[in-house]
Amino acid sequence: MNLSNQSVIPLTGTGSGVRRSKILPAGSVAPPFSLSVTPSQALALREFLGRPVILAFYPADWSPVCGDQMALYNEVLPEFARYGAAMVGISVDSVWCHAAFAASRNLHFPLASDFEPKGHIARLYRAYREADGTCERALFVIDRNGIVAWSYLSPVAVNPGADGILEALDKLTGKLVG
Amino acid sequence: MNRLLVPVNGNDHIQGSADAEWTLVEYGDYECPVCGQAYPIVKQLQEHLGDQLLFVFRNFPLREIHPNAEHAAETAEFAAGYGSFWEMHDVLFENQDRLEDEILIGLAAQIGLPASKLRRSLASEIFRGRIDLDFRGGIRSGVNGTPTFFINGVRHDGGFGFEMLLRAFAEAK
Repeated sequence: MNLSNQSVIPLTGTGSGVRRSKILPAGSVAPPFSLSVTPSQALALREFLGRPVILAFYPADWSPVCGDQMALYNEVLPEFARYGAAMVGISVDSVWCHAAFAASRNLHFPLASDFEPKGHIARLYRAYREADGTCERALFVIDRNGIVAWSYLSPVAVNPGADGILEALDKLTGKLVG
Repeated sequence: MNRLLVPVNGNDHIQGSADAEWTLVEYGDYECPVCGQAYPIVKQLQEHLGDQLLFVFRNFPLREIHPNAEHAAETAEFAAGYGSFWEMHDVLFENQDRLEDEILIGLAAQIGLPASKLRRSLASEIFRGRIDLDFRGGIRSGVNGTPTFFINGVRHDGGFGFEMLLRAFAEAK
């Protein structure tokens, strides 16, 4: 990846390694949403009031398995649970696509479909890639009162892992869950 | 830049000299095909660099997508109790397409380990805590999939072809 010719940081485009710190920052009120998670069920942000929730916006279902961000979070769910935190993945894929993806990865957390109007919620979190028509790879930890406690925009090609989320949860709960 | 938060320590499985110029820590999963591709490359690096390289393998089984990964990791930990960790590590990667319990027990017998004891260990998952420790340390250090390599304590985000890793070593010098 050659970044030397990208000194002018584009707001859009397919650049994979460019950090654009434009997403909704810590301290913001998390925009409410209600999104489909299955063909017959919706999930609303307000359902998580009283506990931390992690929103993981990601570009698309079906990235390669062993490096897949959602597959990783699936393995880290017991750690998130130690903080009482819920995990929600969000992309513009349809509920049917999510269903097939979740089944193939054996996922145990909901994938929300920001499908119609496409990317509407991602835009509210300023985590939408206009040029690509997908969500950014962006993480939000939202506190029990619905305020963004931490947010992080990852280069779209890099799985950001879970360490930043766990650090944010440490700070949020004021202790290191060891 | 992600840094390895759990330094190489006495609980690790280590190959090479403590005085080595480079330390390569792999977080891996025996059932992960990409780790399987990395396995001979690590061997090649070890041959090439000799005692300039210290290699550590830590467990990072992606249990939900690799149903045999946990027991494979436990089998290697079991073998470690008999001084055969690396032998088992190699055999597991060389047989990674078939790592069901019966196969694992057969592999243990093949390298002279007590199969019935392994069977009991797998049933009680007594090595699970040890594997969880590796896993949680990895998560905290920013392991984001398998394999994840740390070169001299810094996560390597590039590819892991032989030449690419050699280049990364040169830069880490």
